[in-house]
Amino acid sequence: MSTLEAKGLGLSYGGEFVFEDLNLTIPQGKITVFIGSNGCGKSTLLRSMARLLKPQRGSVLLDGGDIASMSTKEVARKLAILPQGPSTPDGLTVLQLVKQGRYPYQSWLKQWSREDEAVVQEALEATGMGELAERSVDSLSGGQRQRAWIAMTLAQETPVILLDEPTTYLDLTHQIEVLDLLFEMNDRDERTIVMVLHDINLACRYADHIIAIRDGKIEAQGEPSEVINVELIEKVFRLKCDIIPDPLYGTPLCIPHDNSRLCAARQRRMRRI
Amino acid sequence: MLVISLLMLAIAIVCSIAFGVTDIPISSVWESFTHYNMSTEHLIIRTTRVPRALIAASVGACLAVAGAVMQVMTRNPIASPSTLGVNSGATFFIVMSTSLLGISGMGAFTWVALIGAAVSGGIVFTLGSIGRDGMTPVKITLAGASMTAFFASLTQGLMLTDGKMFDQVLVWLVGSVAGRDMAQLQTVWPYMAVGMLIALLLARHLNVLAMGDDVAQGLGQRTAHIKLFAAIATILLAGASVAVAGPIAFVGIIIPHIVRYLVGNDYRWILPYSAVLGALILVAADLGSRYIAMPKEVPVGVMTAIIGVPFFVYIARKGRRT
Repeated sequence: MSTLEAKGLGLSYGGEFVFEDLNLTIPQGKITVFIGSNGCGKSTLLRSMARLLKPQRGSVLLDGGDIASMSTKEVARKLAILPQGPSTPDGLTVLQLVKQGRYPYQSWLKQWSREDEAVVQEALEATGMGELAERSVDSLSGGQRQRAWIAMTLAQETPVILLDEPTTYLDLTHQIEVLDLLFEMNDRDERTIVMVLHDINLACRYADHIIAIRDGKIEAQGEPSEVINVELIEKVFRLKCDIIPDPLYGTPLCIPHDNSRLCAARQRRMRRI
Repeated sequence: MLVISLLMLAIAIVCSIAFGVTDIPISSVWESFTHYNMSTEHLIIRTTRVPRALIAASVGACLAVAGAVMQVMTRNPIASPSTLGVNSGATFFIVMSTSLLGISGMGAFTWVALIGAAVSGGIVFTLGSIGRDGMTPVKITLAGASMTAFFASLTQGLMLTDGKMFDQVLVWLVGSVAGRDMAQLQTVWPYMAVGMLIALLLARHLNVLAMGDDVAQGLGQRTAHIKLFAAIATILLAGASVAVAGPIAFVGIIIPHIVRYLVGNDYRWILPYSAVLGALILVAADLGSRYIAMPKEVPVGVMTAIIGVPFFVYIARKGRRT
């Protein structure tokens, strides 16, 4: 298990801060989901926590050590990041992709080992990609492709996995497939999972801990049932909604309102049917 | 398969030594090494044909490997020393130094070519990386095309104002491996060897870099270091090639694609195969160039263009990522 926290984190693009003086502790062994409207800084925050972006102020602490001063390979053995919409070279096979996950464990002296091989096989099995190992990644469906990438991050054997919008561009079936897989990883191996999701309802179902971000600030955080309410959604997404319990698990389910100006017209049309 | 390719390369080199305006029997080729007798045939072999074949092989290998490395570091399928302005920069610097500074001699040429390659490569990479989204294939291609055009115009301008030089550098400018001696190859060889060694040592890291900067950094790669070493390797390989043979185009683009088709995506295989096949194709092209307009010879740069252009169009249309 590893701890991950942000201390006084500030990052700016061309003088304008995306977020400033941000403090955050990721709960260990839980699934944490960042939600917020487009451009609120949630992706930027996730990428800074994975050292893909360099914050100008503050620090990200991994097991208490500043990731900026740790060796990047050392970080890669504790924290994996799956960026948004990653692409593979043409013809790269699933097996070749997953093997790259062992990169942080290799060096001039220590090339491919039996342990590496075992970990790769395990990652393929865990993600159900064993049978597709020899297929080229670009021939797979969107959901399978994402599973292949998740297998690569699993092969990295890190206690913490960050994912930037892992369900974007996937249809609902594949979104569920990917989230189920991540839930399993969390449940079985107690890996800490942190991700950005756009779907509030799926976020509520899968997250142990939700962090709602607005204009680079943490608006609320906690268990979905505690933090998700009509006021928060209105504030964070500028959207009026009703919240009802999800019939399956009782987690909050958000029913969006439409523009009130159109409401009367819509009701009229429905009565006609 | 590498053995077959090496065998084909060896055959091509032997053919290149034996055939030409004067055909020489293979037996005399052998004799010229074992029982050198100062005959015209032996003289042609030792002073002309052998250096020519070895230069073609070395330059072909260097350009192909440089192309493969550039394609992965820029994630751009049409990257190569000629498309990204590295060759034209090296060429301009050589022409400029001959014309304005009166520099001559292979040792000086090599340094000038390396500096030129580094300057134009540096400009292209910088221009192609400006902006928040970093280096994109489109930006780097545009930067490469404009720098190529820029240096080509400067080179032409210099040549028009300096008539004497025109004849001297014209054949060299299209790219040719003829009329060089062994000493010239020996001068550039160390640079080629170091460039090749760096490239081969980078292979494993290039596999990771090929998946994009974000993924590579996430896996713990210091991508800036890897790219710097990759740039040094390409500049050494391309600069040294230009110094000895002039700017030969297309080998750097097409060979890596053929090799990826043959051996897949692992740069630990792609780079050695590129070297062998690059050498093979340039030796073969040079051999072919002797027959197109017999008894005159066409510069090999023209040959590679004839073979390369259709292939280039094919890749561009296919628009494949690397």
